[in-house]
Amino acid sequence: MNVIEKIIEQMNAVVENPSRVVSDYKKETGKGVVGCFPYYTPEEIVHASGMLPIGLWGGETQVAEVHSILPAFTCPIMQSNMEFALRGFYNELEAVIIPAPCDTLKSVGQDWLYVIPQVKAILLVYPQMRKIEGGVQYLKSEFMRVKKEIEAIVGKEISDKDLSQSIDIYNVHRAAMRSFSEMAPLYPVTVTPSIRHLVIKSAFFMEKSRHTTLVNALIQELQKQPVEKTNCKKVILTGIIAEPNGLLELFQENGLTVVGDDLAHESRLFRTDVPADGDPLTRLARQWSLIEGCSLAYDPEKKRGNMIIELAKKTKADGIILCMMKFCDPEEFDYPILASEFEQAKIPLLYLEVDQQSQSLEQLRTRIQAFAEMLVSQQK
Amino acid sequence: MSEEKLTSKQYLAELSAKHYQDAIDGKKRGELVAWSSSIAPQELCETMGIHVIYPENHAAAIGAKGGALPLINFAEGRGYSVDLCSYARISLAYKDMQECCFENVPLPDLLIICNNICNTLVKWYENLSKELNIPLICIDVPFNNEYEVTQERIDYIKAQFVEAIRQLEEITGKQFDYDRFHEVMEISNRAAKSWNKAMQFTKIVPSPLNGFNIFNYMAMMVTNRGRESSVKLFDMIAEELGELAKNGQTQFPVEEKYRIMWEGIACWPYLSHNFKTFKQYGINMVGSTYPEAWTLLYDAGDLDGMARAYASVMNNCNLARGIDLRVRILEECKCDGAVYHLNRSCKLMDFMQYQLAKEVHKRTGIPYVVFDGDQTDPRNFAKAQFETRIQALVETMELNKAQRKQN
Repeated sequence: MNVIEKIIEQMNAVVENPSRVVSDYKKETGKGVVGCFPYYTPEEIVHASGMLPIGLWGGETQVAEVHSILPAFTCPIMQSNMEFALRGFYNELEAVIIPAPCDTLKSVGQDWLYVIPQVKAILLVYPQMRKIEGGVQYLKSEFMRVKKEIEAIVGKEISDKDLSQSIDIYNVHRAAMRSFSEMAPLYPVTVTPSIRHLVIKSAFFMEKSRHTTLVNALIQELQKQPVEKTNCKKVILTGIIAEPNGLLELFQENGLTVVGDDLAHESRLFRTDVPADGDPLTRLARQWSLIEGCSLAYDPEKKRGNMIIELAKKTKADGIILCMMKFCDPEEFDYPILASEFEQAKIPLLYLEVDQQSQSLEQLRTRIQAFAEMLVSQQK
Repeated sequence: MSEEKLTSKQYLAELSAKHYQDAIDGKKRGELVAWSSSIAPQELCETMGIHVIYPENHAAAIGAKGGALPLINFAEGRGYSVDLCSYARISLAYKDMQECCFENVPLPDLLIICNNICNTLVKWYENLSKELNIPLICIDVPFNNEYEVTQERIDYIKAQFVEAIRQLEEITGKQFDYDRFHEVMEISNRAAKSWNKAMQFTKIVPSPLNGFNIFNYMAMMVTNRGRESSVKLFDMIAEELGELAKNGQTQFPVEEKYRIMWEGIACWPYLSHNFKTFKQYGINMVGSTYPEAWTLLYDAGDLDGMARAYASVMNNCNLARGIDLRVRILEECKCDGAVYHLNRSCKLMDFMQYQLAKEVHKRTGIPYVVFDGDQTDPRNFAKAQFETRIQALVETMELNKAQRKQN
């Protein structure tokens, strides 16, 4: 096993076995683990308390019990999360944090209080008028409450110094992820779509400075190698999440390489640093006002389309694949506008409806194959 | 010479027609027209003298008149998913088609929303704003995870009133008239009280009010609640209901055998079908969340109070408060059963509904049924399912009645 394979192996181990991550962390540190729901959960506050924040972004499973809690037309990530919770998979967590940037998450947070009483839920609501000072101050007050609830769990106050340190660790991590994302397209053979996804996803299950070390080591190893040439067609992914894993394998099978993304589960999390000035909670609150191009963050100018087009130009992408999370209102509202903007910019677009619980990938296979063939024929 | 007395029904029709006509005429004269969400602070546009059209109200009317499908099909052709709110799909299609089976309302010059009823509005109006290239005023009211509205939320909402006023002054080129604002607040509160007073008649057994009329009356609380004419209308309705009650009469066309609470928005395309099904069994819908939804009360001049009122609407309240509200409605309106509309358009209502129904039942023991429907998409409702569920509810309500008699 070479160095790169060893790094990938470590990343794979945490993604494949999150419950092991939880028990190991407790054993090693004597401290607990907090589950962070999508989106933009302030992990830094949890990190500063010494607990481990881990991401809860659903997973591939057969849902059954959740049907007594949520209708079948609920977002698949939330169906999986509630299913896992009902089956007791989250019982080892000290708490979960559930933000509410959409109607589904508002509801799921409330449902949790009634159906999963054994795991503490810390709920918060992000402001939509995030660019006015009143919005920043309001969000700071929400973070203050989250901080107090986290402090109550660990029985210790989180100092400004601890929190600033955690913010720094997260900003360093974001920078490492951006570097990785920029250089990955140079190594399409080594960094396949699945590997790229794994490298990014594994950050949800590792203490961030440890993940930064691994990512930096990976970058270093890659740089030692010559740039890899392939005939792969380059695509940008946009949407909430590029899962199930079979989906990424289909990209690879059909000669597609991912040269950039605008996924809520990936780049949207590390595109925007926490700004430098002010006390730590204000800094965290201000980051939300700086985020652009996300379907969950109010933007009457709808800059997202242009941002993706710019990214496609910069990465010389041949096409864009929109991974539409089934039943996701914010993304579904953005789609018609994005589609017309991409058409105007003459960038081919593939719309894929994705569902973590989907049992068959055959329909996706046909569509991805057709898209890949179209991209190849366009070049001729 | 004796003048025939104007009835509330006539006056309501008159006000409704005037609402649309004023906007159409105003637009022709070059006056500003806003599109607004239903429970946005209308006080601001009313103060500024801006005509306001309410797309939710417009879409509901289109749905009730059976004209939703052409618009819905157009929206889907543009790429809007069938999963999205059907009001939004109708409104976004109308923006392009400008043709429907109901009033052809003018396109807006500005937009104003308050997401106290859902976050869907934010996305829907973002698209209107982007495609029409017009300003959007957003009053963001964070969902109340706490039982009461926190002071931090109130401060944030007040800051947005200030920002909205700044935007309105910029758009209109006029100064905001704070005296007029005070006056509008005062009228709005009288209208809310008058509405609430009329709605109290549902608590009388048998109810002089036919519950389905609430669906008609509330249109004026959406479109006209900052005006004296609404005070007059709801005073008129209260007076008529008082007369009926005094004489032991009712608007309800058959004997009221059962009293139920309806949870959720109406199924507009099937309003008459739903009503006929109820009538067949003597079911009067006396319990509704609407009476409270439009009772936005605060003291004129009190911006904290106004912020709290707009933040306290039912869709913005946590489940604990939502449960308490329904329990109170069922008890105060002496309901025998409850009908929950699992409205395919409204995820916020749907995704808490299972817990809501279970908890309310746990507390009251009152039987309930759930049916699948949609506020305006006619494809998401099956008459047979609705009828079977109502029949099942009637059987349980009957059984309960018989048992009560025995005891």
